[in-house]
Amino acid sequence: MTIGIVVFPGSNCDADTYHAVRDVLGCEAVYVWHQETALDGLDAVVLPGGFAYGDYLRAGAIAATSPVMRAVRRYAAAGRPVLGICNGFQVLVETRLLPGALLLNRPGEFRCEHVRIRVERADTPFTCALREGDILRLPIAHGEGRYYVDAETLAALTRDRQIAFRYCDAAGHTTESANPNGALDNIAGVATVSGTVLGLMPHPERASEAIVGSADGLRIFESLARWIAGRGVVPAPAGAGAGGGAAPAGRAEGR
Amino acid sequence: MAAAAGATAAGVRTVRVTVALKPGVLDAQGQAIQKGLDALGHAGVRAVRAGRYFEIEMQDTPDLEARVRAMCDGFLANPLIEDFRYEVL
Repeated sequence: MTIGIVVFPGSNCDADTYHAVRDVLGCEAVYVWHQETALDGLDAVVLPGGFAYGDYLRAGAIAATSPVMRAVRRYAAAGRPVLGICNGFQVLVETRLLPGALLLNRPGEFRCEHVRIRVERADTPFTCALREGDILRLPIAHGEGRYYVDAETLAALTRDRQIAFRYCDAAGHTTESANPNGALDNIAGVATVSGTVLGLMPHPERASEAIVGSADGLRIFESLARWIAGRGVVPAPAGAGAGGGAAPAGRAEGR
Repeated sequence: MAAAAGATAAGVRTVRVTVALKPGVLDAQGQAIQKGLDALGHAGVRAVRAGRYFEIEMQDTPDLEARVRAMCDGFLANPLIEDFRYEVL
């Protein structure tokens, strides 16, 4: 099982992601330079956090034109798992692999703090070891994390269960004060309809060991390892879950 | 630096592009700039919208404007949240 971590000029969370995957999770990990055009032999691709191309033009906009993103687009179309973390999420929306845009935080400040997010959907490669309603405590570090879509798209995302995570308080309520950046509907992470492409603003790789303050993020990587090991079959959510049931593997539709 | 309107060199045109957030989108940067203007004592500023400005020197072709629009729509401007204007000098 090998997980590829894409590196753009300006990515800076690639090493932390590599550490979480290889040293904590125990999976093989390789770096994939942004000029690569082949993703052969990779069981999943992660776009890490950072400031690809200095966030010039718009965060993720220039990275979206990199050769590797053409390969990632094909990889995603084949139903293979792609995870975008923070800047990686921004690259995925600029590549149009995920809908929406990530705008400047509402207070206009860079927010660097721990937040809580609630799992809204447990049938994705990245949440299949979690349950709907689970709360993860993860750090954020971003200036442009305010998720935005128009009203019509928001209705579609809600209907199609594409909202993967929402910011919440300790009790799991998606309040305004729990929202660090003004994101629409407290949206912290979004997935394709099939769930195999997912982006989130918080950093699971920075919360994969208790010594750094939270190991909740490891559960996202553990989900991915479980999904890969199960050869792409999404198991029914652990424990009682509303509407639980295995989703068919390999649905390649994305939005 | 060539000052003649239009061509900066034979067959080259300069295009000025401005990109701005669509009217309904919250402009946190504009608001922050307005606070700065206020702090500096500039009275009577009702609103600030902040955008981006590009100057592109490009080869002059009959389809120049179509090429400019193709650069703007989806790359220089994110059509979900931004509008663009351009001027060929």
